[in-house]
Amino acid sequence: MKNKEILLGPLSKNNPVIVQVLGICSALAVTSKLEPSIVMAISVIAVVALANVVISLLRNTIPNSIRIIVQLVVVAALVIIVDQVLKAFAYDVSKQLSVFVGLIITNCIVMGRLEAFALSHGPWESFLDGVGNGLGYGLILVIVGFFRELLGSGTLLGFQVIPQAFYELGYMNNGLMILPPMALIVVACIIWVHRSYNKDLQEK
Amino acid sequence: MESLNLFIKSIFIDNMIFAYFLGMCSYLAVSKTVKTSMGLGIAVTFVLTLTVPINYLLENYVLKPGALSWLGESFADVDLSFLSLIFFIAVVASIVQLVEMVVEKYSPSLYASLGIFLPLIAVNCAILGGSLFMQQRSFDSVGTATVFGLGSGIRWLLAIVGIAAIREKLAYSNVPAPLKGIGITFIITGLMGIAFMSFLGIKL
Repeated sequence: MKNKEILLGPLSKNNPVIVQVLGICSALAVTSKLEPSIVMAISVIAVVALANVVISLLRNTIPNSIRIIVQLVVVAALVIIVDQVLKAFAYDVSKQLSVFVGLIITNCIVMGRLEAFALSHGPWESFLDGVGNGLGYGLILVIVGFFRELLGSGTLLGFQVIPQAFYELGYMNNGLMILPPMALIVVACIIWVHRSYNKDLQEK
Repeated sequence: MESLNLFIKSIFIDNMIFAYFLGMCSYLAVSKTVKTSMGLGIAVTFVLTLTVPINYLLENYVLKPGALSWLGESFADVDLSFLSLIFFIAVVASIVQLVEMVVEKYSPSLYASLGIFLPLIAVNCAILGGSLFMQQRSFDSVGTATVFGLGSGIRWLLAIVGIAAIREKLAYSNVPAPLKGIGITFIITGLMGIAFMSFLGIKL
């Protein structure tokens, strides 16, 4: 029961992006299309889960004063692996993600989970927590990517979704959705919907 | 002249915070009052101005393919570029440590008001992002890299002070309950982003 909570809590009630407001930078920048959003989500899940396990295994041996550096090194090593794997197997997407793969190192979700969870829990719980938070982050990324690609270019994963007949009737793609600032506004709408259902999260 | 152009360009045109959302986490969390955000902005500018040139030197004399050739013939084909993430983050972390000590000594009140966010500059994506963009754009001298770092810092400062000023006024306005706090901040940041996009047409 407790493990289930650790895994599923971050999906809604404790979502890292829309409730704790962590890891916003990459969540917004890569979401103009659905495909890079999914790849980014998978990379972050892998990094958070593995970093959580490693730090959790090391937690009794790391001196408190240098823990930030140790965490950064662990995360940086994992991110380099992810970066190299992406370059080898998904070169086009890794070009689209450009610097944002490297920036997973400074994604606050990773550091936040290491500080708040992995340093005080066992490896298995930390793994679940990492996967859960990665999924919560990925969920928002995929929702934002879905709407921005659908409304902005009329496609999903590169396939045309909105039928040609619509365009002939005068429907136009909303070019604004492709621009970076719209990502913020889409996330704000998600927050709006989410908080109208979860009244206890509303700020005074 | 060249560097002046780059300076203005990096402040207004390729705006890192609105176009790439770098440094969003601390941007959203610290922007409650103008005074603290000013302090954080200056700290970020300072760190960026130092780290970008240092990382530029590292990149060109240690990491780039063939960069080690000054050590002798046999080093000419060594390629250490896969290590760049670890090198960059180590430089950033140590400079941040330095800034933290200086601020603590000379301005304890600023130190107290920045709180946890001073050490968190190390994981502020704007800093690492500055270095990664520097690497991507391959500037031709240390001077240009410094100008780019300074410009990026100033634009981050402008953005955070701007949003803080708006949020101070926002406290008196009647926002729908689910949007209060973080939601409305997202929307305003999006609108500011759209406003800053009007600089995009300027050719320098």
